[in-house]
Amino acid sequence: MSWTALRSLSRAMFLGFVRDRAALVFSILIPVLFLVLFGSIYKSTSAPRVSVVEVGRVSLLDQAEAAAPGSLGKVLSVTHSGDLAASLDAVRKGNEDAVVQQQGRTLIVHYSIADQTRAGIVQALFSSIVQQADAAAAGGTAGYQLTALQVEDKSLKPIQYLAPGLLGWAIASGGAFGAAITLVSWRQNKLLRRLRLAPVSVGSVVLARVGVSLVVALIQLAAFLAIATLPYFGLKLSADWWMAIPVVICGTLAFMSIGLLVGAFATTQQAATAIANVIILPMAFLGGAFVPLDFAPAWIRDVSYAMPLRYLVIGMQNVMARGETAASALPAIGILLALTAALTLAAVRVFRWDAV
Amino acid sequence: MVAPMPATISVRGLRKSYGAVAAVDDVSFEVERGEFFGILGPNGAGKTTTLEMLEGLREPDDGELSVLGLPPWPRNPALLPRIGVQLQASSFFEKLTAREQIRTFASLYDVPSRRADQMLGVVGLDEQADIRAEKLSGGQAQRLSIACALVHDPELVFMDEPTGALDPQARRNLWDLLRQINADGRTVVLTTHHMDEAETLCDRVAIMDHGQILQLGPPAALVRQLDTPVRISVESGQLTAADAKALARDEASGDAVSDDGVSLTVSTRDPGAVLAGLASRNALAGLRVQGATLEDVFLELTGREYRA
Repeated sequence: MSWTALRSLSRAMFLGFVRDRAALVFSILIPVLFLVLFGSIYKSTSAPRVSVVEVGRVSLLDQAEAAAPGSLGKVLSVTHSGDLAASLDAVRKGNEDAVVQQQGRTLIVHYSIADQTRAGIVQALFSSIVQQADAAAAGGTAGYQLTALQVEDKSLKPIQYLAPGLLGWAIASGGAFGAAITLVSWRQNKLLRRLRLAPVSVGSVVLARVGVSLVVALIQLAAFLAIATLPYFGLKLSADWWMAIPVVICGTLAFMSIGLLVGAFATTQQAATAIANVIILPMAFLGGAFVPLDFAPAWIRDVSYAMPLRYLVIGMQNVMARGETAASALPAIGILLALTAALTLAAVRVFRWDAV
Repeated sequence: MVAPMPATISVRGLRKSYGAVAAVDDVSFEVERGEFFGILGPNGAGKTTTLEMLEGLREPDDGELSVLGLPPWPRNPALLPRIGVQLQASSFFEKLTAREQIRTFASLYDVPSRRADQMLGVVGLDEQADIRAEKLSGGQAQRLSIACALVHDPELVFMDEPTGALDPQARRNLWDLLRQINADGRTVVLTTHHMDEAETLCDRVAIMDHGQILQLGPPAALVRQLDTPVRISVESGQLTAADAKALARDEASGDAVSDDGVSLTVSTRDPGAVLAGLASRNALAGLRVQGATLEDVFLELTGREYRA
């Protein structure tokens, strides 16, 4: 294998990529825009403040506020209204979480169970307000006191699943489309044949193409990390985040081998793009890239084990966001490499130099 | 005693079938060192398949094949640096300039960039060096493609329809380049279905159809062999109808006279006598003498019916 040939082939392919605006936009700009967009949209959904409409006067709320100034405002936002029907309608439509009224010593809470979490919070909140008021009215000092200590929040913040998910999708698309379209267009314009007629090994050509794809994938990784760790998005990288680099490399190889197989069958670029889309897009939903598996229905979680993208996304997520050890990514790496080997072998068997 | 120099290309009993179709059916020929050899034929005649087997891109079903004394199949790394293959004008890397293209191809043969840049000058693309390949005109792209095929200074060059879609100026321009390549001592093998191209460039041509070689020889010899009448035409109105008739004396051998009001045309196998007759009547204005061309040979051999 000639180093001169390898270097100049890599250079030619990399220049081809960098000068191709469409490729740059699709592989880097669009995924980054998705990250910024979804990162911003889902950023503020984690604080579950309950919004309540106070119809008429509810003295219990005033008492609770007086008993512990400021604390009620953390969990409750209260607006006032004189129109019960309109307020109930707002609850039905989900614009407000509850309506409260007080009739003498009876507190009436109207809520919707459309959002069960909210419904639970509303019920718990108001029964505790009533109990406190009862205790105060009885004049007794409370025998028991509750001190709540928050444990470290292990649930994922949106950015923690958005960043690895979207990055996984970007890397999968980049690898699969890159390999498939290169193969098909080189076969179409006979560059493949021209290279075969030059004293250069197939290995050099493949290695150069893989090298370029890996560089692109690492640029994608760097761009995502740079944006996700901005204070605005607030991704905190865990200690072993660097293990995401080998995961990205193995993921790129796996998806390039998928692209190679697609390119071996497709005869036109349009067909290659369509087939790659049919593979990658459903996988993005079923493999945890667009829909985080933690929140996905059980059947998607089951199906995801058959999706190569799952291992790329979960592998990155574990070491980047969940704070797991570097070793936790090894099974994902193993599966991605095994897949690469199997698919490459299959692609070599059906490989065609020429269209006819 | 000196052993005769082996032919640059030697083909004996070459066959290749695709399913039931015999694309190349028992083809034999030799190409000598320094020769400009053309393979002519209608579409689907088997010329491209023949060329691909010579280049080592396809495995022959049967027959003996030696290129520069070596078997081209399986892919022979010892042979590849000695042959140059010009493919379509679009066989380039995406988004690279002319200079970057040829330097990349040069590096595949361990040829320095300096030599690649020189080659760009040889094909007259110095001014287009920084233009991307896809922005070059058809003729320029074809020149670049030829430069890329020649960058490693091969002894033997294969060209498949090099002037395919070029305008007349670009074609003539390219012919000069091809002649020069051959004059530099390289053996050139070219396929084409342009008869004028083969006639003007090739030392010898093989006319193929249905996978077989129908005729093989220098274009002029093939034309002479055809033995068709020469067409002599002059401006109308210089001769009376009777005088004109008198010129075509030997009607038995196919002599004929026609006058379409623009030109008076005499077809004859005795052009000397007709020309002398015209000269003695001072009726040579607008004289044109047309012999048979390679195209006539080709049509005679392959038939005139249209094939898609």
